[in-house]
Amino acid sequence: MTNVFELAGKVSLFGLRAAVDSFRRPFEGEQIVSQLAEIGSKSLPLVIACGFALGAVMTLHTRSTLVMFGAASIIPAVQALAFFLEIGPLVTGLLVAGRVGSGIGAVLADMRATEQIDGIESLSIDSFKFLVVPRIVACTLALPLLTLFMDFSGLAGGFLSEFAASRLSLQLYISQAFSTFQWANFWPPTLKTCVFGFVIGTISSFFGYTTNEGAQGVGKAATSSVVASSLMIILLDVLLIKLIFFIFPEGAL
Amino acid sequence: MTNGHPPAVAFDRVSKSFGAKQILSDVSWSIPEGEAACILGRSGTGKSVTLKLIIALLKPDQGSIRIDQDEVSHLEGPRLSTVRRKIGYLFQDAALFDSLTVYENLALPLMRLTQKSRGEIDDLVDRVLGQVGLAGDKAKMPSELSGGMRKRAGLARALVLEPKILLADEPSSGLDRITASEIDELLLRQKAEHKTTLIVVTHDVHGARRVADRVLVLDRGRLIAQGTVAEVEHSENEVARKLMGSNQ
Repeated sequence: MTNVFELAGKVSLFGLRAAVDSFRRPFEGEQIVSQLAEIGSKSLPLVIACGFALGAVMTLHTRSTLVMFGAASIIPAVQALAFFLEIGPLVTGLLVAGRVGSGIGAVLADMRATEQIDGIESLSIDSFKFLVVPRIVACTLALPLLTLFMDFSGLAGGFLSEFAASRLSLQLYISQAFSTFQWANFWPPTLKTCVFGFVIGTISSFFGYTTNEGAQGVGKAATSSVVASSLMIILLDVLLIKLIFFIFPEGAL
Repeated sequence: MTNGHPPAVAFDRVSKSFGAKQILSDVSWSIPEGEAACILGRSGTGKSVTLKLIIALLKPDQGSIRIDQDEVSHLEGPRLSTVRRKIGYLFQDAALFDSLTVYENLALPLMRLTQKSRGEIDDLVDRVLGQVGLAGDKAKMPSELSGGMRKRAGLARALVLEPKILLADEPSSGLDRITASEIDELLLRQKAEHKTTLIVVTHDVHGARRVADRVLVLDRGRLIAQGTVAEVEHSENEVARKLMGSNQ
């Protein structure tokens, strides 16, 4: 148990250092853009495909029950609220933790094992600022954008599923989906994914950057990054939802 | 100090351990500016650790390490960077950044640490790559290079900031005798043309005889012999004599 708290303390300090360093010159713009491409663009197909499939399947599951109660007309609204409030942010976080978290952990651990990080330091370049900060910043910026893609592809999947069943028009689907929608249902859940991104970037960078187990450490860092990031996202999701309800009570349905 | 120059690197009673394992124990030596020292010893005797202590990638448990009179053991941040700018480091496996081309590997420190224009950086990278015989390979990724080419690219990166001190960790390991000789030639040329101080960790006694002005022999964390090649060959220490007598 002591080890868990010790590890949590080390990861927190690591994240704090990254947060402070991200406001210190040089700002590593080129590295951040390159990481955004790696983390953001390359995760896009997975996120869109997953959102689309989830949206379609969710409509198939909820439709039969709601039709039974004569509430088929609220299917689009249920779909929109479910995706924007919870499914989009959480599933995107977990997908990125799996795809990107393992990648960051493995790449940094490999760089440590092959002395590339020592190489950067030997050239008088701050390896933490050069390697870690851009990855964490890119994760923090990419997550909300990826979440929006997940949300809208979920709605698209839901619409196609609903269209196949009831021939509902796109215009009507959209108007019904957003009929009860408020900004409080949109901004806070979407922006909470910045925290998810920061956590994924910090945890996976920590395991990769601090490993000292050579080649064996690469696999370990990748696995630990995914497991710890996913767990932290699920726990933080609960805490952040409580916080959002506290700050935006109108969002609590 | 043998050539009247102040020491470029000086170890004074340096000790270093990892956990319970003592790597270096009370080691003292110095190398004057512009000279070449080869560090010999069996595997695991602290040779690579010595190089990492010089460039402050590791900190000693005890003792002092001076680079041009600057005590590096306690330096951090910009002051450490200033000292590191004087040092080039050729890693054992070159440690090239595998996501960057050979050109980008060399240009990176120039872009970040100097005020040179893009054109000046291009010229400098081309010149240094030409010196190590890789002028036509600058667009290649490290994974496309052979072992010898990687070593030469690593050497070029170590030299691109025109260091006063060059550290080389087993520059000839894993290379055939001809390629190893080419690397030795590059080191000697760097020393002759730029008065660079060389500190070379090696198992290659043949190379050490060619390159070294002085030889340091480490065994079980202790410095058991130091001096010119001839002095170490006739050292009272049997391990030192055997090491100098091996693979001639």
